Amino acid sequence: MKIVIAVIKPDRLEAVKQELYKVDVNLITVSEVLGHGRQMGVTEVYRGVKEMGNLLRKIQLFIAVNDSYLEQTIQAIIRGAKTGEIGDGKIFVLPLDECVRIRTEERGGIAIG
Amino acid sequence: MNTGDTAWVLISTALVMLMTPGLAFFYGGMVRRKNVLGVLMQCFTILCVLSIQWVLYGYSLAFAPGKGFWGGFDWIGLTGVGLGPFKDYAPTIPHQAFMIFQAMFAVITPALIVGAFAERMKFSGFLLFVILWATFIYDPVAHWVWGVGGWLRDLGALDFAGGTVVHINAGIAALATAIFIGKRKGYNGSAVPPHNLPHTVIGTALLWFGWFGFNAGSALAANGLAVNAFVVTNTAAATAGLTWAVIEWLHNGKPTVFGTATGAVAGLVAITPAAGFVSALSAIVIGIFVSLFCFIAVAFIKPRLGYDDSLDAFGVHCVGGIWGALATGLFASKLINPDGANGLFFGNPRQFLIQALAVAVTLAYSFVGSLILYKVVDWVVGMRVSEKDEIIGLDLTQHNENAYTLLE
Repeated sequence: MKIVIAVIKPDRLEAVKQELYKVDVNLITVSEVLGHGRQMGVTEVYRGVKEMGNLLRKIQLFIAVNDSYLEQTIQAIIRGAKTGEIGDGKIFVLPLDECVRIRTEERGGIAIG
Repeated sequence: MNTGDTAWVLISTALVMLMTPGLAFFYGGMVRRKNVLGVLMQCFTILCVLSIQWVLYGYSLAFAPGKGFWGGFDWIGLTGVGLGPFKDYAPTIPHQAFMIFQAMFAVITPALIVGAFAERMKFSGFLLFVILWATFIYDPVAHWVWGVGGWLRDLGALDFAGGTVVHINAGIAALATAIFIGKRKGYNGSAVPPHNLPHTVIGTALLWFGWFGFNAGSALAANGLAVNAFVVTNTAAATAGLTWAVIEWLHNGKPTVFGTATGAVAGLVAITPAAGFVSALSAIVIGIFVSLFCFIAVAFIKPRLGYDDSLDAFGVHCVGGIWGALATGLFASKLINPDGANGLFFGNPRQFLIQALAVAVTLAYSFVGSLILYKVVDWVVGMRVSEKDEIIGLDLTQHNENAYTLLE
């Protein structure tokens, strides 16, 4: 089992969701985050005072998958999120030790899907 | 000169002034949060820029007497616009009181168009477009309908507080700009969720409040006519707000806050030309039908035609304005206002035709004129922001500010 964490542009969320549905990944958690990579954010100015290198809004996806679903999940996120420009974001994959569905108390791979 | 009249017109002026920030919040709540400052900024900028334009030459173009196309330059810089009354417009108040009252109408009209191109117009292009639009579209049309020597006024077209001049005029310009600027990136005909509906409700409340100045103030005196306008304004807004909620309840299963607020504004739009000529019972009929027409326009016609009038400036203001102008030709009664005319339902079908003519002329002139001005500005400074800026949002890219912070 793996955790896929993806940071993407906010306006790509809809496209990424559609791509994930196509490969049968229907369970995702989405949160709004701030950050910047090489894009270095956008300058803000308040009453003449500059604030440099500020943070940009991004969307973070949190998806737990079984190993057999990992590659197609990654590919789906890339298809939905890639524009080819700086700021497209990143995908992180982490090992997942356990997963419990609270309602049924099922554990492991069966609890993920 | 009458102190009571003067006091009422000054208070009304302040009420109408508040409508533009009210509209800013009405619209601001509907956009995505990355663009809310863009909308507020556009409305506030119009308040600043057109207040100056109006005293420099706008008032002269719209109201100086006797020319055909527009008023000309006789009153430029308020030359000859003094503190005594000008009989043809308002015999009991200082001429400048009438001038500044009208200034607020000149301000809010282009602000209405903002709803059509929200979330994707460059600020520089917007600024130039608004100045040109006020000069070449609003000022002439105001002259035709309200100015001494204006040909629609001489023809007997009734427009008590600006249904034709303000709402149809701005609403059709909204359609023109929405078509030319194109859809927002990613817009596919489905709704873009409003980021803050409480803002929209506050904006609606401010508009409703300010509209008492807009309509009752247009009596230009503290008299019975002002009271009639006040009563029918409130009645139409209330009826239309309720009607929209009921339509949604029947059609979608639940009444919505957004719909009720939209309906109230549509009711205010529709009663505007009629406020000084119709009774409270007619206002109820006008209010019911305006919500019906506008609901059909925004829920069925817009998605089918595929233009992206982001905040329904056309669907509410133009459609509601057309209904209001035609309804004036149906429901106007000399029992309410002996200086007005009787409408179709009071035995005078000719009035309905005059109203229809005024509507048609305004639609045609403003649509074509707005297209030309749009093209000119697009060629000079460009109208649409870059795709990257549109994705990041107008707040950061046009104004270097953020409306809301996630972190301190």
